[in-house]
Amino acid sequence: MSGDIYVFCETKDGGFRRVCGELLTQFRGVADAGQQALCAIVVGAPVADELPQLSEWAADKVVHVTSPQLSDTPEALAAALTALARDAAPSLLVFGNTPLARAVAPRVAEGLDAAFVGDAVAMDRQDDGLHLVRPVYGSKLLCRVGVPSDSPAVITVRPNALGFAEVQASAPTLEDVEVMLDTDQRMSTVVETAVKTGGRVSLQEAEIIVSGGRGLGDGQGFAVIEELADALGGAVGASRVAVDSGWISVDHQVGQTGKAVSPNLYVACGISGAIQHFAGMGSSRVIVAINKDPDCPMCEKADYTLVGDLYKLAPALAAELRRMSDES
Amino acid sequence: MQILVCVKQVPDTEAKVLVAEDGVSISERDITFIMNPYDEYAVEAAVRIKEASTEDVSISLVTVGPPRADDALRLGVAMGAGSAVRVWDQGLEGLDGGAVAMVLGVVAQRTGFDLILCGRIAIDDAMGEVPLRLAARLGLPHANAVTELTVESGSARARCEVEGGSQVIELTLPAVVTAQKGLNEPRYPAIPAIMKARRMPIEVHTLESLGLDLDQVRAASRTHVEGLDVPPARGAGRVIEADLPDEAARELARLLRDEAKVL
Repeated sequence: MSGDIYVFCETKDGGFRRVCGELLTQFRGVADAGQQALCAIVVGAPVADELPQLSEWAADKVVHVTSPQLSDTPEALAAALTALARDAAPSLLVFGNTPLARAVAPRVAEGLDAAFVGDAVAMDRQDDGLHLVRPVYGSKLLCRVGVPSDSPAVITVRPNALGFAEVQASAPTLEDVEVMLDTDQRMSTVVETAVKTGGRVSLQEAEIIVSGGRGLGDGQGFAVIEELADALGGAVGASRVAVDSGWISVDHQVGQTGKAVSPNLYVACGISGAIQHFAGMGSSRVIVAINKDPDCPMCEKADYTLVGDLYKLAPALAAELRRMSDES
Repeated sequence: MQILVCVKQVPDTEAKVLVAEDGVSISERDITFIMNPYDEYAVEAAVRIKEASTEDVSISLVTVGPPRADDALRLGVAMGAGSAVRVWDQGLEGLDGGAVAMVLGVVAQRTGFDLILCGRIAIDDAMGEVPLRLAARLGLPHANAVTELTVESGSARARCEVEGGSQVIELTLPAVVTAQKGLNEPRYPAIPAIMKARRMPIEVHTLESLGLDLDQVRAASRTHVEGLDVPPARGAGRVIEADLPDEAARELARLLRDEAKVL
């Protein structure tokens, strides 16, 4: 395989997203095996202060992309990445599977006549190319996909799925690249942005998620879920029933018609575990069920089950966790 | 105004999905197929634009799929679409989203369009690839994962789901918009509309009748499925028994820290 490996480094609240570190450290081995350079791609935002971080993540090169025509639409970002990759011809362009990547990556793939594989959760590099695994049919099956080595590929990888690999720090070179966008491709504009800054960690990148479902009985119940999520430093998720009942907004929904997540710890409170919900969180490393019905599907699949009233158990667990963290 | 809605027929979310003998596809026996739920939001959005508009709006549906996919098209017609196109060719079996986007691009150019609506993803392969490839192919702006949409005189305003909130994008038509849950509540078509949709002729195309060559379409499909596997089953875990919530909580916290090592 020739051509560099590009990892798109998305920023959030002034720093790189955690998934960028997972990707750079994991693709270090792929780059070494193929004798390719591992490049961190940063678009727009200045990077000088971030170089130590990218060094720790073992990037060989940092490519800082700017364009006088760059705006904050996904199309503009796609156009900038397409222009960059057309010139530099990387063999692989890797994104973390974030909302931004979902609005950008397939467009870049088409612009490059490249293969596209989304939401990979495992990978294996062989002599004949890269092999990826991705959940399909609501995670009821895993699909092994071969990425050709004779054409470029754009892939997205689910946050938390690969984890960090042990790497040696590098001394990356910094390259500034100005690209000109195909202005015909830039026809939309952002007229309003309503984003909560700070606060809790994003659902898909969270290492710990506490979710509430039907068993809460009403929307007030999410106060208990939030309390437990805060005690764990995690994000808040929800089942479809909780969202459809208007207890919490749709961006919290986990499942086949919501978000697919792979946290280290998933705490399901009052969620019976319909297959559509399991589709979105079945790959979590450790599952805890808090439910009054010990025979529900979630309890059958959970690693640990607390049986009883979640309104008593969840606050008790939150209190215990706070006590533990005060002690340490 | 001409709206084109791309739909896909997928297994029902309740379906028990089994790997077929070939190891790379699923067994279709005993599976109920439905219109992809996100595509239903897209069809509903199109019908609402038509109902709210004072100008003449026509809605066409297109799918790439085998004859059974006609059912998905007929549901869309019953919901309010005016015509439907289905493209199928044995050679398309197993090809990826790059090939599908190529075929849809050709259909779009034949039918004409001011707005192309799609579901954000299809719940079977969950790739979310085809709509954005289509937008890039046709050189159109796009809005992804849209929860609010208004269309008037040559432009559209779309509220898109982004990390931690939303962003409103203004697009000059023609454009591609992908529907996210929350955009609307799809209607249940009335019985007479369902009956009428059953009799509605569906325009069926092969690659040849679209002027496409199979080798050319194959070249746009760059990945290949090597196999489908059943994920490892999760064994039943441990039920923590305790008389008092505090005791149970203490035991669970200890296990999470010392045994599972997730804290």
